[in-house]
Amino acid sequence: MKILVCISHVPDTTSKINFTDNDTQFDTNGVQFVINPNDEFGLTRAMWFKEKQGASVDVVNVGGPETEPTLRKALAIGADNAIRVNTPATDGFQVAKQLAQVAKDGAYDLIIAGRESIDYNGGMVPGMLAALLNANFVNTCISIDVEGTQATATREIDGGKETVSTSLPLVIGGQKGLVEESDLRIPNMRGIMQARKKPLNVVEPTEVTAQTTAEKFEKPAPKGAVKLIDPDNLDELISLLHNEAKVI
Amino acid sequence: MSVLVYIESEEGKFKKASLEIASYAKEVAQMLQTTVTAVTFNTSDVSELGNYGVDKILKVSNDKLTNFNAEAYADVLKQAAEKEQSKVVVLSQSANSKYLAPLLAVHLNAGYASNVVALPESANPFTVKRTAFTNKAFSFTKIATDVKIIGLSKNAFGLKEVQADATAEDFAPTLSDADFSVQVTNVDKAKNTVTIADAEIVVSGGRGLKGPENWGMIENLAETLGAATACSKPVSDMGWRPHSEHVGQTGKPVASNLYIAIGISGAIQHLAGINASKTKVVINNDPEAPFFKAADYGVVGDAFEIVPKLNEKLKEFKAKNA
Ligand SMILES: Cc1cc2nc3c(=O)[nH]c(=O)nc-3n(C[C@H](O)[C@H](O)[C@H](O)COP(=O)(O)OP(=O)(O)OC[C@H]3O[C@@H](n4cnc5c(N)ncnc54)[C@H](O)[C@@H]3O)c2cc1C
Ligand SMILES: Nc1ncnc2c1ncn2[C@@H]1O[C@H](COP(=O)(O)O)[C@@H](O)[C@H]1O
Repeated sequence: MKILVCISHVPDTTSKINFTDNDTQFDTNGVQFVINPNDEFGLTRAMWFKEKQGASVDVVNVGGPETEPTLRKALAIGADNAIRVNTPATDGFQVAKQLAQVAKDGAYDLIIAGRESIDYNGGMVPGMLAALLNANFVNTCISIDVEGTQATATREIDGGKETVSTSLPLVIGGQKGLVEESDLRIPNMRGIMQARKKPLNVVEPTEVTAQTTAEKFEKPAPKGAVKLIDPDNLDELISLLHNEAKVI
Repeated sequence: MSVLVYIESEEGKFKKASLEIASYAKEVAQMLQTTVTAVTFNTSDVSELGNYGVDKILKVSNDKLTNFNAEAYADVLKQAAEKEQSKVVVLSQSANSKYLAPLLAVHLNAGYASNVVALPESANPFTVKRTAFTNKAFSFTKIATDVKIIGLSKNAFGLKEVQADATAEDFAPTLSDADFSVQVTNVDKAKNTVTIADAEIVVSGGRGLKGPENWGMIENLAETLGAATACSKPVSDMGWRPHSEHVGQTGKPVASNLYIAIGISGAIQHLAGINASKTKVVINNDPEAPFFKAADYGVVGDAFEIVPKLNEKLKEFKAKNA
């Protein structure tokens, strides 16, 4: 089985978000970038397929040279090859189109992406990619097993979960649950050394026009101060929630 | 030209988020001087939709569509959009709508903006305000395609009731085998509990509660308020509560009207995921806990004393105001 894991390169979860150029660009100054947490779960599940079922695992990112350390980290965790499509990511559709080309060229059976990336929170790429490839698609996927060309997956739904059966080629939008948090891998010294020698292929993009553009960003208005309520006067809290906030 | 909305229901009842997108679609339709068409799946009584601005209903009745199926539902919505020559499709941000939206976008050649929080800034160019960076910022996003899909965040617009009648007609789209190549084999869904996605109120507990055995008071409070229960990440990581209750940047997003955080410190990753909630209450014994900077109302004190007392008082309040 050939697996492709889509890796989105995102600001670390503690990052303060700021903008430059008249609020049109994300300010990357001082921001640390990481593998999107949802993709980390997917990558670790891919390692399981590699070790238990002899799958090959490639990772891909659509982005400029600055994303290479993130791809190297994925190689250090155990991916075999990395591919970088040499173009900045502009919108979900443009990224999905680029990934679709890579997926076609490599004839992958299983494509693991994340439910959403924690930067632009599109939640668009995996579904669009599946539709462009005419592949099956399971979103908010919390478990995946493959036997031959048949796949069984569990997905989270509002208020529970459901099991689905489908076949390869398949795209999943993965999240926490694909593997346990405690099974996530941190690259060790040996992995980091090996990753230096593994191939990181840079491919040129296909021509795509983005469908959406982020014209401007804005930060939420600063919050007013919290109203503190005496623990011995909880009636006041109830009255505020009822009369002022009007939520009960 | 009609603005199209996908209406979700559960056990014959329309989801509030679906009535909300109908209200929203009505105002978008007014901007574009057109009408609203809703698509319903296997629901018999659809008359209520007129009260939320829907002009016309396409009723789909098909046994094959009893379980939600993203590919098949996207195919139905595509055919409905084509029939109505819709230029704008409005979806909620439920798990199912988020699942089918990108499929529909590709099938309709439509640009899709998710997590939209307000009416379009302008119709030409078509620009919407959406949250980005997990609620740490907003982005004004221009959709350049002829057909546009909007995913509206829960509680971002509210319900707007109007007195009007909608006309209903049966709609029988053509389904293919390929629509069912992902088959649901089992559904495991809690009955009679409020889900985080649908809840108006969410009661959430953190590591300050010391252990799973102390969740009784959280559940009692949630029951009194008709709320869903949630938890911080370490709580689900330690197995005190199921993973499905984990909220925050890497867990479920919360956009409720009221979020009550009990024994939660208010780490940036936690706040990012719940900040879209309208009113936030924190109960914490450490006045320095960062959550007090993010909350509207706060009580400094021991949760083990406050929560049961608050629950009793809320019960009295509910009894009086019932
Ligand atoms: C990559 C990454 C992603 C993350 N994603 C998320 C996420 O999605 N969601 C999330 O929640 N976290 C997330 N975290 C974890 C986050 O950083 C915090 O560690 C976590 O939110 C802390 O949980 P807590 O507030 O329950 O626990 P703690 O930080 O331990 O806080 C417990 C609080 O309880 C209070 N307390 C103690 N006893 C009492 C009492 N008797 N009465 C009242 N209050 C009491 C304490 O004062 C304290 O403020 C993430 C972390 C990382 C690194
Ligand atoms: N630039 C990118 N390169 C590779 N994969 C991406 C990129 N952007 C998004 N993805 C994948 O798509 C998932 C969802 O992203 P999004 O649609 O942006 O929320 C991510 O978790 C990744 O798996």
